[in-house]
Amino acid sequence: MKLVIAIIRETQLDEVREALIEAEIRRITVTRVSGHGKSADEEIYRGKKVVPGLIPRVRLEIALNDEYVDVTVNTIINTVKAQYGPGGTGKSGDGKIFILPLEECIRISTEERGPEGI
Amino acid sequence: MLAKYRVLIPFLFLFLFVSVSTVFAADGSEIDSGVTAWMLVSTALVLLMVPGLAMFYGGLVRTKNVLGTMMHSYAAMGIMTILWVAVGYAMCFGPNVFGGWFGWNSDYFFLSGIDDSILDAGVPEYVFSMFQGKFAIITPALIAGAFAERVKFKSYCLFIALWGLLVYNPLCHWVWAEDGFLFNLGANGAIDFAGGTVVHISAGVSGLIAALYLGARRGFPVTNMPPNNLVMTMIGGGLLWVGWFGFNAGSSVASGLSTAQALTATQVAAASGAISWMIIEAWHQGKATALGIVSGILAGLVAVTPAAGVVQPIGAFALGIFASVFCYLAILVKNRMGYDDSLDAFGIHGIGGIVGAILLTFFIRESWMAEAAALAGGSWSIWQQLGVQVAAVTIAILYAAVCTVILLVVVNKLMGFRSTPQEEMQGLDSAYHSEHGYGMLNPN
Repeated sequence: MKLVIAIIRETQLDEVREALIEAEIRRITVTRVSGHGKSADEEIYRGKKVVPGLIPRVRLEIALNDEYVDVTVNTIINTVKAQYGPGGTGKSGDGKIFILPLEECIRISTEERGPEGI
Repeated sequence: MLAKYRVLIPFLFLFLFVSVSTVFAADGSEIDSGVTAWMLVSTALVLLMVPGLAMFYGGLVRTKNVLGTMMHSYAAMGIMTILWVAVGYAMCFGPNVFGGWFGWNSDYFFLSGIDDSILDAGVPEYVFSMFQGKFAIITPALIAGAFAERVKFKSYCLFIALWGLLVYNPLCHWVWAEDGFLFNLGANGAIDFAGGTVVHISAGVSGLIAALYLGARRGFPVTNMPPNNLVMTMIGGGLLWVGWFGFNAGSSVASGLSTAQALTATQVAAASGAISWMIIEAWHQGKATALGIVSGILAGLVAVTPAAGVVQPIGAFALGIFASVFCYLAILVKNRMGYDDSLDAFGIHGIGGIVGAILLTFFIRESWMAEAAALAGGSWSIWQQLGVQVAAVTIAILYAAVCTVILLVVVNKLMGFRSTPQEEMQGLDSAYHSEHGYGMLNPN
């Protein structure tokens, strides 16, 4: 079992969610987060370009059995980079994906544990 | 596409300077400071409805579209005001041209001829003009609820400008100008005290047509599209109620008995709309919702808008009930039919306006009927007045629908009306304004 954590742009959340549902990955948790990486997103306030210190992003957490990890990761990467066209190179700010080993998973309602619980 | 029209701009300015040089003499009327004071307050109250509407609509959309939706109302404040001052007032309240299609008086161009004009009601014409201008702002802003979350901002701006010129101004002229043909229909005119046909039916019907033409939002109706902030919607609904006293009681263009009658009818209809909606919802869904009570308030207010001058409190009470029942049914039918009138511009404003404009006939106070009978030279029955009301409503519906279809096609051809799927997923705020509404929810 793995826990996939993906940090992506807020504006791409819908696309990624729809693509994941298309790929049969339906159980996800989404939170708003702030942070900074290499990207510097410009916004406009009253005609002045500003670069916020911390940049808003969304974080997807997806608990998966091992065989689903590749399809999930590929779906997220392809969807985020779809905006650059086929074969286009991404840009800093596209986000990151972390994959962590997942020790245990329990579904509260049935108390199923391990791979069945996911 | 628009570039080739740029050569016309110098001629527009030339026209402006020629018109400005015309000076108009004051007529003999005295200023009545009481009426003027109330009309100034009413003018401000009606303007307050526009930010109210922005909050009402803004709270109902998804987080990513909150600013884009509020911008629809705020952009109308800018665009429609300038258009109103430039040509709108002349088109609405000038004498008939083109067989009465709209009015025109070149002295009203940029209001240049009314600098020292005082109306018979004792109000400076500037005040009347500004008061009426607020109606021209809120009407196209109401339409935006029907196609919320899925239109390009610049196309919206072009659309409301053209809609104001082609739909609002002629309708306003027909119903409220002294030589408008609906103003003179029947014995004592079609009754539209404060804009049931001009404002609510025209906006509601145009919204319905636009929603059908543009299609549903991406993912509708499967995807859940929850309101981002119902608290803001409630505040907006409250501001609308407060502003509506200017809208209705101000439409008496007086400060006296007729003002008091309109104000009372407004309060009663809003309250009866609110409790009716709560009862219907509690019976049908098991719970009275916050969005439900503001919807009921609005339905009652919309229905009493054409009627405020002619109904007594019991009539206003009945109209509030009918409005909530019919609007609730309309929303059920909408859900059944599956078209995406996102914020129910037609369901509340269209249906509420039609219900009010037609059913008010059965609650007209006797003094009005007596006056109509005298004007008709003997007798005038409520059935004859009903015919007049139905005719006015039908004309408003057909005219708004046909012109809206034409404008939608034109705007779509010129610059594309519908957002791209990419922009729609990203959200209007980011796509068209490069801002986000709730920065404070994230540490930054």
